[in-house]
Amino acid sequence: MSTAEKTGTGTLPSTLRLGLSRGGIELKQFFRERDSVVFTFGMPAFLLLLLATMFTDTFEDTGVTASMIFTASMIAAGIMSTTLVNLGIGVAMDREDGTLKRLQGLPTPKAAYFIGKIVLVLVATIAEVALLLALGVALYDVDLPSTGAKWFTFAWVFLLGTVACAALGIAISSLPRSGRSAGAVIMLPFIALQFVSGILFNPIKDLPSPLLEIGSLLPLKWMAQGFRSVFLPDVMVVQEVTGSWELGRTALVLGAWCVAGLALCLLTFRWQRRGEG
Amino acid sequence: MSDLAVRVRGLVKRYSEQVAVDGLDLDIHRGEVYALLGPNGAGKTTSVEIMEGFRRRSAGEVTVLGEDPQRAGRAWRARLGIVSQSATDLGELTVREAVRHYAGYFPAPRDPDEVVEVVGLTEHARKRIGKLSGGQRRRVDVALGIVGRPELLFLDEPTTGFDPAARRQFWTLVADLSGAGTTILLTTHYLDEAEALADRVGVIARGRLVTEGDPATLGGRSSAKAVVSWQEDGRRMTEETDTPDTVVAGLMRRHDGAVPGLTITRPSLEDAYLSLIGAASADDLTGGTGPADGATGAGDDEVAAAAGKGSR
Repeated sequence: MSTAEKTGTGTLPSTLRLGLSRGGIELKQFFRERDSVVFTFGMPAFLLLLLATMFTDTFEDTGVTASMIFTASMIAAGIMSTTLVNLGIGVAMDREDGTLKRLQGLPTPKAAYFIGKIVLVLVATIAEVALLLALGVALYDVDLPSTGAKWFTFAWVFLLGTVACAALGIAISSLPRSGRSAGAVIMLPFIALQFVSGILFNPIKDLPSPLLEIGSLLPLKWMAQGFRSVFLPDVMVVQEVTGSWELGRTALVLGAWCVAGLALCLLTFRWQRRGEG
Repeated sequence: MSDLAVRVRGLVKRYSEQVAVDGLDLDIHRGEVYALLGPNGAGKTTSVEIMEGFRRRSAGEVTVLGEDPQRAGRAWRARLGIVSQSATDLGELTVREAVRHYAGYFPAPRDPDEVVEVVGLTEHARKRIGKLSGGQRRRVDVALGIVGRPELLFLDEPTTGFDPAARRQFWTLVADLSGAGTTILLTTHYLDEAEALADRVGVIARGRLVTEGDPATLGGRSSAKAVVSWQEDGRRMTEETDTPDTVVAGLMRRHDGAVPGLTITRPSLEDAYLSLIGAASADDLTGGTGPADGATGAGDDEVAAAAGKGSR
């Protein structure tokens, strides 16, 4: 045993390798924890099943059912759940339970932690969207997009929505006083947001205008609108607030939230709890 | 290269309304096991966390393995092992997964399975960490602290929650690490642990080092008076003396060689420690400048005097 002599030999692992290794660990922890699987991952699918069972009306002449609209909109809420809610609670817990302190004490570049979170968010979000789409296709006659243009819209709404909500999630992880309170502090506004963004309420043009205005300031409403444009026939555009899919404005709002979210992230991220260090 | 693993001079840490560390000086030599003792709130953990680079200091100089912890980088971190208090992370991973994962952060880690073995968790290697007992969980923290072959290992109250057998096993592990050349800074509330493991102990109170030295002689305990106690006429008799051998010789003659219930005690490390931190807080109350060497014996004398009241 020559413990001391052997240190200093060899080279430090690269940031990317560490980050990917952290991604594997993050995924294991996420999918093994009952809370995160039930609330963060399962909730949107559960809400979709519930709503589609309760509301069975069809929009006259179009053949479009309420379930189809709920499916398209719920994809947006699903993305927000596996990004914003997942990271908001997860990073607060990492701060609480000593994960971040442990990493700070190890030869870990900070970037490796974030790469790990990106891997977690990407895998969980893709799985979430796949689950919701599978339910929609199997149970509610949702059709996958038939044109390249619609797939392109799907891709950029997914990407911008994921980045904006993930960055906001890391930013709001600093709000809860403790990891234990994070669930309540983040879940409640998230459910309220789903109402004002026209996820749990259908069609969105019938929302009272103050609520609609609040919803229009935040990314979720625009993500849901983008997905409706992809998964619903174009005749349904009359059910939107302005009678248009507003794809240009959607890209603008989501892009702005990406920038604002990343800036907030950089400004507010702390490795330790409030009052330490 | 300096033979000091840790050098601290005039360390001060102020929070908005209080001073947590108030002029700490500390030297830890390479290869040494140093135990830092002190009551809760004395500034132990704050000092250690400044040395680990977790907290920033308000004033003073700190050099750890030749670098300033506030500026040192990843290569420096790779030479440290840190076992902090109160981590509750990793609950969903198995012992083996966690040790394997964290081994990957270091340039030349030990074999993860061997590390699980030396902390005595082989039979629990496939268990989720969240399902382990408190003491077993702590051993996972120790495993993660040593997997990178640290030159300097920080152990912050490492045996909290251990059962007696696990503590003895842990002591053997620390002795092995020390034998292999690892420098160890240990904080603990178990005085027997400090006595068993440490080459030197330091006592910290009110953010300052009150005394330090060999655990066998700390606070003058090796030269303090011994208390001889025995049973006579159905009563417990005690006598305080500088020469216990003479007293015992006298007793032997009186009792024809068999003295009933004979014990000879010197102040334990715990007695010495309690009188030291007692002296430190009394000193603070009277606004003194710190206890002189002679004053630290006062507490022992009181203990001995109180014990002596029952004698003839």
